[in-house]
Amino acid sequence: MREKIIFGLVAAAVALLGWNLYTIFMVVPDEAAQGAIFRIIYIHLPTIFTGFLGFFVALVASCLYLAKGDLRYDSLAAGVTEVSLAFAGIVLATGSIWARIIWGVWWAWEPRLTSMLICWLTYAGYLMLRRAIDEPAQRARLSAVVSIFGFVEVIIVYKAIDWFRTLHPQPVLSIRGGGGMSAGMEGPIYWNWLAFVCLASAMVMVRMRQDEMSREIDSLRRMAHQY
Amino acid sequence: MNALEIDAVWKYFGDFPALRDVGFKVQPGSIVALLGRNGAGKTTLLRILAGLAKPSKGSVKIYGSEVRDEPTRRRIGVLGHGISLYDELTATENLVLFGKLYGLDDPAKRAHQWLERTGLERVRDGLVREFSRGMRQRLAVARTFLHDPEVLLFDEPFTSLDDRAIAVLHSLITDAQQRGRTVIMSTHQIREAIELATHVALIRKGQLAYAGERRQEMLDDPAWLYRTFEGEGAS
Amino acid sequence: MSESVFSASSASPRETFFSFLRQVLTIAAKDLRAEWRTKEALNASIAFSLVMLVLFSFAVDPDAMPDFSGGLLWLVFSFAGALVLNRSFARETQNDCLDALVASPLPPAALFMGKALANFAILLAVECVCVPAFGLFFNIPVTTYLGSLVIVILLGTWGLTVIGTMFSALTVNLRLRELMLPTLVYPVMIPALMAAMELTRDLLNGTPLAGDNLIWVRLLIAFDIIFTALSVTLVDIVLVG
Repeated sequence: MREKIIFGLVAAAVALLGWNLYTIFMVVPDEAAQGAIFRIIYIHLPTIFTGFLGFFVALVASCLYLAKGDLRYDSLAAGVTEVSLAFAGIVLATGSIWARIIWGVWWAWEPRLTSMLICWLTYAGYLMLRRAIDEPAQRARLSAVVSIFGFVEVIIVYKAIDWFRTLHPQPVLSIRGGGGMSAGMEGPIYWNWLAFVCLASAMVMVRMRQDEMSREIDSLRRMAHQY
Repeated sequence: MNALEIDAVWKYFGDFPALRDVGFKVQPGSIVALLGRNGAGKTTLLRILAGLAKPSKGSVKIYGSEVRDEPTRRRIGVLGHGISLYDELTATENLVLFGKLYGLDDPAKRAHQWLERTGLERVRDGLVREFSRGMRQRLAVARTFLHDPEVLLFDEPFTSLDDRAIAVLHSLITDAQQRGRTVIMSTHQIREAIELATHVALIRKGQLAYAGERRQEMLDDPAWLYRTFEGEGAS
Repeated sequence: MSESVFSASSASPRETFFSFLRQVLTIAAKDLRAEWRTKEALNASIAFSLVMLVLFSFAVDPDAMPDFSGGLLWLVFSFAGALVLNRSFARETQNDCLDALVASPLPPAALFMGKALANFAILLAVECVCVPAFGLFFNIPVTTYLGSLVIVILLGTWGLTVIGTMFSALTVNLRLRELMLPTLVYPVMIPALMAAMELTRDLLNGTPLAGDNLIWVRLLIAFDIIFTALSVTLVDIVLVG
């Protein structure tokens, strides 16, 4: 049953992405100011949305673990964070490519990229913490606390970067170049977002299943040693 | 009211059950020897009784209240493997600190009394760092009894003490029991423990194999307990 | 039953608060007394920060220093602070003291606040040496807006202390403790450090706290309040297995 869901999600994702690719390359015209590279927004933005959605789900899962003690919530939190971290990496990569084309530099301390980098570092710390703890309940408990701290911090960073921008106006990677995209161009962003969410969900489910199996093996090993 | 009520306690480390459905009651004034092989789950159980860990399932009540409640924790004294004393503080400062944490009205006076009782009066202003092993152990015993706890939990007390400290601890435990205090001690030194104990609990692979009064057979031959209740008892 | 040597435990909220406060101060006093006897963390921290200042003098062109001043100062505080904060809960594992504290009636929140206060005091002591040294080495007048500078340092240091103490508690029993603490603390500290750096640089360059700057002050205050509340709430979960 679970495998069917995973395949279903991946198939939906592939279909949506395929259709969107056609739309993006064939139907949508080049953006006035930025040219062809503009199309990277169709990956960049949905990845940002998916990433943040993921971190939020991780927060909820962490809180649920602390409240209920069910290790499956911990599994969900870890899986979602891993997948979101990968998506955050894609955000950084696509942002970097864009910056290279538009401004000629591979990296710019541009507010939104910077806040995504900080986010990435915070959750990379979360994953490193998990690797440092062997005992599953302790690992779940401590990483849940870090996940909560991480998300609160991400929100604060987001606000801080906003304030920074009002004080130090800078060029910003912005889709709303002239203030709003024309009708036909926005659609693919949301469809892609749906596709990425499907893909992310599938990956999270695979990851959770791996986690479950590894825990089972671990406890079987312990019981074998005991006898 | 029972001094301790351990009710269907399970403790999981991941999917591995370190304690499985452990339950027994302890009357006030008992001295319980908690026995079992290495890895059987004695320390895990003691940590739960001391409030250092929470059971995955089940509950532990001390005089009817949850262990982690503040008033309950005042009635518990714990002596683990480490001495739980600060090297950079003096003997008096250490005892006064714990006296304050346990809400004693006059921590300094209590500290003084216990320093005398454990023969450490002369070194009251010495830093624990400079103490010999025996002195540190006696101070640890003083710390445990300082607030006159009603329930005393000891994890392998006799293994880490020298002869003088064992004698002190022995008399303190007997004295405490006579005043209605309850003692739970986990140990490998079966002989010493069984002599003192009124009751015995045997943990085998996380489960309770025996919980009841000390029997004459145990006094005569301490290994009897393991033979009888551990079955083939290989490992 | 037993002759009670305790004061009555049915207390009013006011009494509970003062009792909590007393326990916080007991723990803080204990930590400070122990630290004062050895001065290990204090000396190491001060020495380390002075070395860092010297290194920075090589790394940065002294003429450009005013632009970097705020940033560098807080870098020094963070790194030197990590030395102090790492030891905070780590010193409790020696002799199994942490178990005795958690098993005692001491509320974990009081243990946390007591240690945080002690760390705060130690960090401030280090900074009291650092700031004049900084002014001296790089010829930057630090007394222009001394009052505002002190406020910024207090707010920023408290943020660092709270996060550092909390993660010190979290990592206390881990085998990779020394690595995990900085890895977790620094990303979370970034918003507070950013604000503190901006404010310090402005103050040292002769701009008072007013108008636009106040955004950063508000950020620092919000950061401190939010994370102190979060730490006090979650420390119980972290310390009791």
